[in-house]
Amino acid sequence: MNTFTDVEIESITLRIDDKDVSCRKGETVLQVARENGIDIPTLCYMEGLTVWGGCRLCMVEIAGFPKLQAACATVCTEGMNISTNSPRLENYRRIIVELLLAERNHVCSVCVSNGHCELQAMAIKLGIDHVRFAYRFPHLDVDNSHDRMRMDHNRCILCSRCVRVCAEIEGAHTKDIKGRGVLAAIIHDLDQNWGESETCTSCGKCVNICPTGALTHRGTAVGEMTKKTMFLPYLTLMREAQP
Amino acid sequence: MTTSTPKPTVATVWLDGCSGCHMSLMDLDERLITLAGLVEVLHSPVVDQKQFPQQVDVTLVEGAVSSEEDLHKALIIRARSKLVVALGDCAVTGNVPAMRNYFDRSDLFARAYVENAQEPPTPAERQVALPVVGVPPLRPHATALHEVIKVDMFLPGCPPPADAIWYVLTEILAGRTPATTTVSGFGR
Repeated sequence: MNTFTDVEIESITLRIDDKDVSCRKGETVLQVARENGIDIPTLCYMEGLTVWGGCRLCMVEIAGFPKLQAACATVCTEGMNISTNSPRLENYRRIIVELLLAERNHVCSVCVSNGHCELQAMAIKLGIDHVRFAYRFPHLDVDNSHDRMRMDHNRCILCSRCVRVCAEIEGAHTKDIKGRGVLAAIIHDLDQNWGESETCTSCGKCVNICPTGALTHRGTAVGEMTKKTMFLPYLTLMREAQP
Repeated sequence: MTTSTPKPTVATVWLDGCSGCHMSLMDLDERLITLAGLVEVLHSPVVDQKQFPQQVDVTLVEGAVSSEEDLHKALIIRARSKLVVALGDCAVTGNVPAMRNYFDRSDLFARAYVENAQEPPTPAERQVALPVVGVPPLRPHATALHEVIKVDMFLPGCPPPADAIWYVLTEILAGRTPATTTVSGFGR
């Protein structure tokens, strides 16, 4: 049986934004970039949850690859030459966020998460001053059936962070996604009202991990919904420390 | 003060908004006096002139385009302004006025003038209860300004802070393009 000292730690060297960096085998481009202080924007990625690769904001250019790659889902290999920022990437990132804003009904000024929203902050960070696409104005429901929490589909960007934290950390798997494309939506159990769910433990992890005002505590007014995400690295650490 | 060249002209317009952006403009406080020395305000909710002037250098537009009158005004603004600035979230995104877009107009009217009326009209009075005379028709959707006319500059914010409005105006007057998202953003 191998002891820790017997394990050969394979080291990989690569270049990110003209900076020579090294990492352990198995690390992703996003992890290595962040370890080295290189910022790659993300919305669906959450350290401690499985990688989803859905938001596509972390797309990077890798020399030799004809297509852009999602940094969160790309494992580093020896000699990779990666560019995390270029006019092309900036343009795509702006388009992604504009499409998210146009897809559902994001009205920042009257949202409980105004000022604490990752989508709003991302729009400002990317310099988005207006949306070039036609707003869809879909008629979407607000699930008010849970006595402590609320799901507002108008503000959901389908990042699936709530689905993953519920299944992987809480172990309940109350939430999931139904439908495809613009018809996709978060559901509880077999597409029931949240308040009628028999699997929901009312732990509130989904609320705290939601990047927007889609999942909130009840009784919050405009701008009052602040999220606390520190539980995730803590619980992840606890889990990893287990023998 | 005498100037050899005429001062740049400015207009401000209030479409479907809450006037909060104009309140924010008023919050320039003593800078309003400086502004009065820099520009000529030809048309605004705070100026008597009712007709939109024939030609303006810079027009700030607050509010979404909700009614046929808003659309009519927007087209005039575009035709007569060198630079059109969408001022605040309603003009930039549709914001709160656009929250009616998820509903059918007839449902909205029924809600406002029949269901919520102090003395709900009888079915016979129902048509009379709906306002049709002297008010512009409501468009199916309240939309951002740039969905109906070309907009040259966007200053998001609900409302954009006075400092942001001052920054944008002074940058325009200096002949520069302001980086508006460095001073304001959606909802802020």
